[in-house]
Amino acid sequence: MRYLLRRLGFYLVAAWAALTINFFLPRLMPGDPATALFARFKGKLAPEAIDALRATFGLTDAPLWSQYLTYLGHVLRGEMGISIAYFPAPVSQVIGTGLGWTIFLAGSGVVLSFAIGSLLGVAAAWWRRGWVDTWLPSLLVFFGSLPYFWLAMAALYLFGFQLGWFPLGHAYSDDAVPGWTLGFAADVLRHAALPMLTIVLATLGGWLLSMRNTMISVLGSDYVNLARAKGLPPGRVVMRYAARNALLPSVTSFGMALGFVLGGSLLTEIVFSYPGQGYLLVQAVRNQDYPLMQGIFLVITLAVLGANWMVDIVYLWLDARTRDSAS
Amino acid sequence: MSAPDLGRSGLSTWALAIRRDRKALIGASMLALFAIVAVTGPWFAGDPTALVGIPLQGPSPAHWLGTNGQGQDVLTQLIVGTRVSLAIGFAVGLIVVLFGALVGVTAGYFGGRVDGLLSVFSNIFLVLPGMPLAIVIAAYLPSGPFTVALVLVVTGWAWNARVLRAQALALRRRDFVAAAIVAGESDIRILMAEILPNMMSVLVAQVIGSTVYAIGAQVGLEFLGLGDVSRVTWGTMLYWAQNDSALLTGSWWTFVPAGLCVALVGFALTLLNSGFDEITNPRLQLERFWRVHLIRHGQTPGRSTPVVREHA
Repeated sequence: MRYLLRRLGFYLVAAWAALTINFFLPRLMPGDPATALFARFKGKLAPEAIDALRATFGLTDAPLWSQYLTYLGHVLRGEMGISIAYFPAPVSQVIGTGLGWTIFLAGSGVVLSFAIGSLLGVAAAWWRRGWVDTWLPSLLVFFGSLPYFWLAMAALYLFGFQLGWFPLGHAYSDDAVPGWTLGFAADVLRHAALPMLTIVLATLGGWLLSMRNTMISVLGSDYVNLARAKGLPPGRVVMRYAARNALLPSVTSFGMALGFVLGGSLLTEIVFSYPGQGYLLVQAVRNQDYPLMQGIFLVITLAVLGANWMVDIVYLWLDARTRDSAS
Repeated sequence: MSAPDLGRSGLSTWALAIRRDRKALIGASMLALFAIVAVTGPWFAGDPTALVGIPLQGPSPAHWLGTNGQGQDVLTQLIVGTRVSLAIGFAVGLIVVLFGALVGVTAGYFGGRVDGLLSVFSNIFLVLPGMPLAIVIAAYLPSGPFTVALVLVVTGWAWNARVLRAQALALRRRDFVAAAIVAGESDIRILMAEILPNMMSVLVAQVIGSTVYAIGAQVGLEFLGLGDVSRVTWGTMLYWAQNDSALLTGSWWTFVPAGLCVALVGFALTLLNSGFDEITNPRLQLERFWRVHLIRHGQTPGRSTPVVREHA
């Protein structure tokens, strides 16, 4: 429990750091931030929008620390200002429309990739120098060095445009009625298949290699030899003795990989016009919608921090050592 | 984690890796090819922004990789774009490791409160999602290669700091460092003369890894339109391909070459790194020695490592 609380404390500090970065960014622009922002929008924006912009960032004549406190107060109440691209919708509302899709796509993509990659890693370590071990890692590392969104473009071109197996974009068909029905679920899955395939393909190699390398050293350790000597069935030795412990380093890097995968999946969303945060983000960039951009950064950061904490809980459950020292 | 090798400096180990390891040799040759194109390309390829034909024409004898949505030659753009793309990639890879080394080695060497503070600092940057942060910062700065490089350094140094801190911690406990401390050497001298030279192989491996990251992330940012879209790079080629709806008109030649080049450079660097690991990692090295030994004596090597051998 102490361990989890300590981690939670760290995530709160990280969240505060993200907030602080967010606050200072507009003030890092060359010159006076208020004038610079307003000059950029001159003529393009209604006076109300400019006032909203000023209010969002607390860009007033008050001293910096009081601006900072105003800003923190706003964010804590969930007020992230008014979007410029979707004026006059508040940023929190705009982000809300796409959050579910991003969590669904990136979340299931990263979990799927982790599960498949780790299993393949076990297989590669077990059948050492077999075909899984020789060819698959190189192939997947090659896929991993392709830019995510480029893999997405290639998949869309091949399976969507040329072969017509999958839809060319969006989260569901125009004529589908959203709801908890089987038909709609199938439609959503058909639309998510290609983007998810891209995410899985691009990240599989890392999980495979990490699992393979730890498995190889774990398979040479004394307790595994003992388990073998006891005559336990090989499947049990590999999965219950070796794999469970070899998984630990992968779980540790899982938390850090989340942020990375999310970044890639944002770009994938753009290629597939998938209505998540990535799509909103590119709209925000095109329209210089700073409140929306910063709101998205903040929400994604909080999501990643929350997911990291959940990973910590899983780690605690997997690793007997931390559990014992924690209780 | 490869053990620090005391006898050789980083660079000569690299030369050895390239001579001995097939993977490293392939990686190095691919990289050399790209480097030649990057240096000489802009001289012979011609003007990449010249309008040479009808937009979105497929590959033909006149235009080997076809034309893009503006009617510019894709091959010319690819060749000219190599220089900026690689330059940013390697520069960022180098700076990121230098900064990471500064933070990580300081933390690992001094330990205590300095370590605690610096570790929290780098862990925060490690856990913040890099891409969204890079996008937000880049959006505020004037667009161009300098901005792209800057945001990639800000979002990319933390991983290096973590790895190099662990290395410094391990070296700190070694006898020769303890001897230097007892002998009354100054901290700066110990860091410069004892710790850093012994981390050379790790540092070079980190530069390679960071360059792979930097090239990929740079192309991603430029794809979003956060680079200077009037300048020809691999990233902006992909930006224009997406903007001109190259995909939905079936013009594969406008986006396949640039992405493939990014992947090939990344793949070459990864090959080089893993070949290097085979040389410096004593475990892998021993295993290979053992395999060769067994095969020479007409036996089939098993799945086992030489550290704990399995007898079938």
